[in-house]
Amino acid sequence: MALTLMKGSEAIAEAAIRAGARFFFGYPITPQTEIPEYMSARMPEVGGCFLQAESEVAAINMVYGAASTGARVITSSSSPGVSLKQEGISYCAGAQLPCVILNVMRGGPGLGSIQASQGDYSQATKGGGNGDYHLLTYAPASIQEAIDIFSFAFDKAEQYRVPVLFLADGIMAQMMEPVEMPEMVEYKVDPEKKPWACTGFKPGDDPKKRAVINSLYINTEELTVHNNELQAIYREIEKNEVMFETYKTEDADIVITAFGTVARIAKSAINDLRAQGLKVGLFRPITVWPFPYAQLLDAAKGAKAILDVEANEGQMKLDVQLALGDKVPVHYFGHCGSQMPTTDEIKEAILKIKEGM
Amino acid sequence: MVKVTVNEVLCKGCGLCVRACPKQVLALSKAKLNAKGYHPASVVDQEACIGCASCARTCPDVAIRIEKD
Amino acid sequence: MSVVFEKTPYLTDKQFHYCPGCNHGIIHRLVAECLEESGMGGNIVGVAPVGCSVFAYDYFNVDMVEAAHGRAPAVATGIKRAKPDSLVFTYQGDGDLASIGTAEIVHAAHRGEKICTIFVNNAIYGMTGGQMAPTSLVGQKTTTSPKGRDEAWCGAPIKMSEMLAQVPGSYYIERCAVNNNANIIKTKKAIKKAMQYQMEGKGFCMIEVLSTCPTNWGLSPVEALKWLEENMIPYYPLGVYKDKEAK
Repeated sequence: MALTLMKGSEAIAEAAIRAGARFFFGYPITPQTEIPEYMSARMPEVGGCFLQAESEVAAINMVYGAASTGARVITSSSSPGVSLKQEGISYCAGAQLPCVILNVMRGGPGLGSIQASQGDYSQATKGGGNGDYHLLTYAPASIQEAIDIFSFAFDKAEQYRVPVLFLADGIMAQMMEPVEMPEMVEYKVDPEKKPWACTGFKPGDDPKKRAVINSLYINTEELTVHNNELQAIYREIEKNEVMFETYKTEDADIVITAFGTVARIAKSAINDLRAQGLKVGLFRPITVWPFPYAQLLDAAKGAKAILDVEANEGQMKLDVQLALGDKVPVHYFGHCGSQMPTTDEIKEAILKIKEGM
Repeated sequence: MVKVTVNEVLCKGCGLCVRACPKQVLALSKAKLNAKGYHPASVVDQEACIGCASCARTCPDVAIRIEKD
Repeated sequence: MSVVFEKTPYLTDKQFHYCPGCNHGIIHRLVAECLEESGMGGNIVGVAPVGCSVFAYDYFNVDMVEAAHGRAPAVATGIKRAKPDSLVFTYQGDGDLASIGTAEIVHAAHRGEKICTIFVNNAIYGMTGGQMAPTSLVGQKTTTSPKGRDEAWCGAPIKMSEMLAQVPGSYYIERCAVNNNANIIKTKKAIKKAMQYQMEGKGFCMIEVLSTCPTNWGLSPVEALKWLEENMIPYYPLGVYKDKEAK
């Protein structure tokens, strides 16, 4: 097993290529610009296509087009750019096009800042565009975890015919870590496996084989049927695809809930607090949609309090409360904008809860 | 011998074929209503048809077929 | 008897939903005949727009992709990059191409994207019921310019063919009309040439086709053609605006 020291954005880009992605459409925006930069050099080496679009709006629609042919396609951006992509993401969801979208979150609202943030949690998990849809959304906490998830992300997207969203942040894209890369997957579109894709039709062929990639159902009954089918897929995903991590929750009095980079910071705080004799643990959703409601309830069954820590106003706290009801009090600590909670701040917040217990 | 046939089911009675025909072969049948509720075009002077297909080319509903001996 | 004229199998059996006399049907047929004559059957993808021709995916008997409003050139770009050997076309109206999708069409042309765009300009928003388009003529009454388009307030109608001919990446741009037999034949020739250029890997081609909207213009189909001839053609002159092949 060979470890390589790699920058997050480049490692993630390489992982996408190793997973069979051969088409990248994107637009530069800090703090993820290294992804398109890497793709521009690497895609031609593997016979793939890198294209710098005129906007994020165009980029996601290029994804829509390329995904219509059954190809493995990816785009990446950061918060304001991902907002621009929401139209196209909703169309991908409606037309059931598998693809992967990366959001390297930065501060908001508006232009916000170029530093890391978790402010797009609600947008990602509650639907950013119009209509009833969900994206299978992963929030990795390390570069290696992002790489590992990439090795099955396209398979999941294709299995359920849904877009997959990676919710990362500027820290993960900018930091370097030793990582292990999987083998290269050479993906070929198989028309038998993707009968819905534009793989070739001419008059005289079986009319049922004509591909129509579409999210329009002008007849209300037909739209209801279509939506019911989507909802059935989402229920399957909820049943099968939940991922989470627990860290020292077995005997914890206080459980911290956090995702992504913030969860790593929380882990450091937990280690320090444990050294002081405080029983603190961590529950970390890896899929933020579907959210591990039942698993959190189970992990927190012995806890007397929850501290939800986020680099946003506490957007995930609503899901934590939904999981736990009024069984355990849920506290929040965090910063809006781009300021990451520090280990000291988290420790202080835990001690304050402890005092009140 | 040229034969022009209008598919009256498809016809929306727009009259573009009547305008396009150089020989007044076609006319809207005011006495008739098709299922869509239009007065369809019909052939009133088959003999005069020269088979130029101007009517068929202008028909927005591709409702005209032309055959020749 | 031998058939002189019949419907091409590159149109499905679905009946057009267009209003009586609407030129979309004529243009659909021309595109479909050119698809048939291209010999690319089995390797064609069309992109439908948002607007009156939104249901184009039901009519063209090839693989079809329905795009978001104005995004057809970006969608076509993704398709063409993924299937470089296929024939890819977009079919767009003036609201779609000349308003909400200006960025996408300009940059598809700018990249020299090897696609064909059929741009149907009827100087109005048909599907939403007759609102002012960027292509509506000065003085033209619409439901959002009830006193007629005021140039001082919202500008003069945009001329897309002239504009896109200026983009270095475009290869072939022609404006046509389907108001009479001769022009219908010319339009078909232009669409065929655009597809031929694409198959030769030449570059971005757009055929603008002036079209009527009898319903929203408030005219009979025959009167609408006359209005197009007297008002639209003088402002939007027909002809080739760019042909890199032409000597």
